[in-house]
Amino acid sequence: MNFSEVFKQSNHLCKVSPDGKYLATCVQYRLVVRDLSTLQILQLYTCLDQVSHMEWSSDSLFILCAMYKRGLVQVWSLEQPDWHCKIDEGSIGLVSSRWSPDGRHILNTTEFHLRITVWSLCTKAVSYIKYPKACQKGIDFSRDGCYMALAERRDCKDYVSIFVCDDWHLLRHFETETQDLAGLEWSPNGCVLAVWDSCLEYKVLLYSLDGRLLSTYSAYEWSLGVKSVSWSPSSQFLAIGSYDEKVRILNHITWKKIVQFEHPATIDNTKAIVYKEVERRPAMVSDELSLHNITMSPTLLSTQSKYEICPLPVHIPVVKPEPDRANPKIGVSVLAFSSDSRYLATKNDNMATAIWVWDLQKMSLAAVLEHTSAVRCIMWDPRRPRLALCTGNSKLYLWSPGGCVSVQVPAEGSFHVQSLNWHWSGDSVILLGKDQLCLCYMDTDHEEE
Amino acid sequence: MGEWRATNAYMEDPEISSISHVTMSPSRHNHVPVYSLPLFRSSYSVMSAFCTEDNVPQSISYLNQELAVLGLSMCIEASSSEGASLKAVPVLNAMHELLQIHKRNMCALEEMEKEQLKKLSTLEHIQISNSRLKDQLELSMREKSGLHETERQLQLKIKTLQSCLKTEKEEVQKLQSIIASRASQYSHDAKRKEREAAKLKERLSRLLIDRKEKKLAIDVLNSLGRSDGKRSMWKTAKLSASHESEMYKALLGDYETSRKALILENAELKKVLQQMKKEMMHILAPRQQSTSGAAADDSQEQVESDEEKAGNASREALDHSCELAREQLLNSIRQQWRKLRNHVEKLDQASQVQNQMESNKETIPLETHEDEMERMRQEVQQCREFIHAQQQLLQQQLNTSFDDETAALLNDCYTLEEKERLKEEWKLFEEQKKNFEKERKNFTEAAIRLGREKMAFEEDRVAWLKNHFLNITPFTNRRRYSSSDGQSALSVRSEPEVRMSSAKAKRSKSPTYTTFSTPKPSRSSPMPSTTELYRTLCLLSDSSCSKHSNRGRWLETSTVEDGHPQIKSNLQAPTDEMSIFTFGEDHNLT
Repeated sequence: MNFSEVFKQSNHLCKVSPDGKYLATCVQYRLVVRDLSTLQILQLYTCLDQVSHMEWSSDSLFILCAMYKRGLVQVWSLEQPDWHCKIDEGSIGLVSSRWSPDGRHILNTTEFHLRITVWSLCTKAVSYIKYPKACQKGIDFSRDGCYMALAERRDCKDYVSIFVCDDWHLLRHFETETQDLAGLEWSPNGCVLAVWDSCLEYKVLLYSLDGRLLSTYSAYEWSLGVKSVSWSPSSQFLAIGSYDEKVRILNHITWKKIVQFEHPATIDNTKAIVYKEVERRPAMVSDELSLHNITMSPTLLSTQSKYEICPLPVHIPVVKPEPDRANPKIGVSVLAFSSDSRYLATKNDNMATAIWVWDLQKMSLAAVLEHTSAVRCIMWDPRRPRLALCTGNSKLYLWSPGGCVSVQVPAEGSFHVQSLNWHWSGDSVILLGKDQLCLCYMDTDHEEE
Repeated sequence: MGEWRATNAYMEDPEISSISHVTMSPSRHNHVPVYSLPLFRSSYSVMSAFCTEDNVPQSISYLNQELAVLGLSMCIEASSSEGASLKAVPVLNAMHELLQIHKRNMCALEEMEKEQLKKLSTLEHIQISNSRLKDQLELSMREKSGLHETERQLQLKIKTLQSCLKTEKEEVQKLQSIIASRASQYSHDAKRKEREAAKLKERLSRLLIDRKEKKLAIDVLNSLGRSDGKRSMWKTAKLSASHESEMYKALLGDYETSRKALILENAELKKVLQQMKKEMMHILAPRQQSTSGAAADDSQEQVESDEEKAGNASREALDHSCELAREQLLNSIRQQWRKLRNHVEKLDQASQVQNQMESNKETIPLETHEDEMERMRQEVQQCREFIHAQQQLLQQQLNTSFDDETAALLNDCYTLEEKERLKEEWKLFEEQKKNFEKERKNFTEAAIRLGREKMAFEEDRVAWLKNHFLNITPFTNRRRYSSSDGQSALSVRSEPEVRMSSAKAKRSKSPTYTTFSTPKPSRSSPMPSTTELYRTLCLLSDSSCSKHSNRGRWLETSTVEDGHPQIKSNLQAPTDEMSIFTFGEDHNLT
C-alpha cells in the first residue's frame, strides 16, 4: 500500500472524474484539475468566490462550481480552458446545484425550495419546476440517466413527479400515501421507486416507473420509523434501517421482509467474527521531547493500533441517546451494499464505534468491527468486496472477507481522515482530511494473488 | 383434677382391702391360725366378741345363713349339741369354698385395679391432649383474628388503590384526549403554517420574477452541443407519446428480465424437485418391497405412484408448465415425502429407544462400578489404617520393652513368613517335577509306540515281500492287478483319515488321546467292513463340521470326540493291516 503526498483542499471538495482520469480539487476559490496517474496539475481555474460545491459532469468534460452564498454557479470545460459559463440565480438564492445526467443541464434549487431552475447549456433555455419539497432526499436520477423523480409538496400533500431527463417532459405525477415524505430513491435498474415517510411513521412505499403503487411496507407503528434506505446494486434487496436499531431487508418479488438484522449490544453469534481495534501507545517520552517531536515525526507520537479478534461474547459500548432531543442518536443511519450485493455494512448510531457487516448469501452477521472512536465514513470498493472506513484519526481501516487491517497514513503533520472516496477501479482511495487530501494506492498485484 | 382423683382412689384402696380382711378374719382365724394370727392379732383382740363359748350355735346358724346368702349349700353343724366343737368336713368345705371365692374376688379386684390404672392413665393422656388441643385452638383462633385483621387492611388498601387507579385512568384518558386534541391542533396548525408558507413562497417567487432581475441570467461563451450529438426536438404530442412508449419499453424490459430469471429459477427448482422425487422413490422402493408382504396398501400405493411417475414423465416431456401435471407431481411428491417422514420418524424412535437402552446399559454398570470403587477405596483405607496402627504398636513395643524374648518372637515371625514362602516355592517345584515326570512318561510311551509301529511295519514289509515274491511267479497276472487296484483305492481313502488324525493330535494333546491312539488291539479286533468305514467317515466329517460351525455345541462334540480316537484307532488299524486285508480279498477273488 502506497500513499501519495498531501495536497491542499477545502470544504472536502475533491472529486475524481467519472472516467477516472482526473482529480479535481477546490482550494478556497481555486479549482485544480490533476492527472490522476501523475498527479500533475493539468488545469487551474479561478472562481469568483469560495466554492461550496463542485461536481463533474457525467462525460468528464465539465466541472460545476457552485458558490451558494453568492447564488452563483460557474462551469469549466476541461477541453477548452477558455470556455466559461456563469449562472447567476440572483436574489432568489441558491441552496443546491447539480448536473443533470446528460451533463448539459444544471439543476439549481433556490432558497426556501421555492423552485428548481433547470438551465440548459445547449440552448441557454431555462425552465422551472415549482413546489419541490425540502426533505432528506427529494430528488433522484435513475441510474441510466433517463428519469428524474422529484418529491413535491402541494396543499399539504406529497406528490412525486417523474421527468424524462432528455427534455424535462413530465412523465408522471402522482400523490403518495405519506404523511410527510422524507426521501425517494430509484432502484438501480430504474424501474422501481422507493419512497419513505418521515421518521414519525414507519412507512416505505414502492412505486413502479409508471406511478403504480407496487407495495407498502410498515414494520411497526407508534414509534420512530425509517432512518435510512438503500437498494442493493442488483436491485434484489431493499434495506431499511430504522430507529429500532434493526435493518429489514425486502425482496424484489413480493416486497416482503426476508430477514431482519438486529444490532444487539452483546454479540454471541458464533458465526460472526468480531474485530476490535486495540491501541498500543508508544512509550511516552517527556513532554518537552514530545513537543519537539511533533514537528519531526508525527507518526512516532501517534498511537499504534491493530485489530484483534475478540472471543465471544463481546459487549459493544452503547451510548444512551438523550430523550429530550430531536433526532436522537439511535438507530441504523448508514447502510451500504458491497458492489456484488453480497455484503451489507451498517452502522447503528448509538454504537457509533462499531460497523456491522452482514452476509446476504447466508443472511447472517459476518463481522463486526469495533473501533476506539466513532466511525465517520464507510465506503465499499466499487470492484471487490472490500470496505474502507475512517474514524477521524490518522488511520485507514480496511475490511475484506479475508480479514481486517488498519493502516497508518504516513503523512506529515496531523492528517486526520474525515472522509474517503474510492476510485472506480478500486485501485486507490482518496483520503480527505480537514483541509488536506492524500491518495492511497492499493497493492493491486498483491491483491490479485 | 384427674391426678387428684387418682390419688384419692389410691387412698381408698387399702381401707377396702383391710375391711375385706376384717370380714374374713374369723374363718381364717379358725383354719390358718399361724398365718393369720400375727397379722390380725389386733383386729382379733378388738373383735373377739363374735363367737364365744356361749353363742356357738348362734354363730353357727349365722354363719350358715351367711353361707346360704353367698350361695353355698354347705352348712356347718355342731358335732355335739353343746356345740363346743364343729364337724370338721363341712366346715372345711365351706372354708375352701370361701377361700376360692376370696381368691377369685382378689383376682377380679386386682384386674379391676389394673384396669382402673389403665383408664386413669388414658384419662390423663386424653386430658393432656385435650388441653393441648385447646391451646392450639386458642392459637389458631388468635391467628385467624390476625389474618382477619390483615385481610381487612388489605381490602382497605385495595379499595384505596382501586380509587387511585380510577383516578389515574381518568387522568390518562384526560391526557390522551389532551394529546389527541393537541395533535389535531398541531397538525391543523402545521397545515395552516404550511399553507401560509406556500402562499408566501408563491408571493416571493412572483415578486422575484416580476422584478425581472438582470442578474438572473446565464452567461455562456458559446452554447454546447448535446451530449448525444442529436439536436433537441420540439415538444410535441408525438414526443410525449414516444416518451410513454419508452417508459413502457423500459418497464417491459424489466419485467422480461425478471420473468426470465424467474423461469430459470423455476426450472432449477423443478429439476431439484424431480431429482428429489427420484431419490425418494429410490430410497423408498426397497423398504416397501420388504414390507409389502405385511401391508398391501403400501404396495398398492407404490404401484400408483409408479404409474403417476410414468405419467408425469411423459406429460412433463410434453409440457413443463402444465397445471395438471404439476399438481400430480406435487401430490406424488407429498405422498412420498409423507412416507419418508414416517419412515424417518420410525427410525428416529427406534434409535431413541436403542439409545436409551444403551444409556441404561451403560449407566447402571457405571454406577455400580463407582460404588464398588468407593467400597474398595474405603477398604484400602481401612487396611492402611490397620497396618499403620499395627506398625505403631510394634514400634511402641520395640521401644518400650526391647528384650530378647520379643526380638526372638519377631524373628520367629519373620522366619515363619520366610518358611511359608519357601514352602510355597517347594510346592511349585514339586508340581513342576510332577509335570516333568508326566512328560517323560509320555515320551517313553511314545517311544514304545514307535517301536511297536516299527515292528508292525517290519512285519508288513515281510508280508509285502512275501506277496511280491508270490507275484513274481508267472501265474496270476490278473491277481496282481486287482491287488494293486484295491491297495490304491484303500490308500487313497485312508489318506485323509490319517491326515485328520494327525490334525487331531495337534489340536488336542490330551493324555487320554495318547492312550487311545496306540494301535495295539487292532489285530485282535474284527475287521471293519467298507460300509462301516464309510459311515464312520461321514460321521467324522459331520462332527468336525459341527465343531467348526458352532461353539455352543462344543461340549457335545467334545464328548463325542473322546470316542473318536477309538474309531480312529480302528481305522488306523486297517491302514496298518492294509496289505493283509487286500491279500485276503485277493484270496477271495481267487
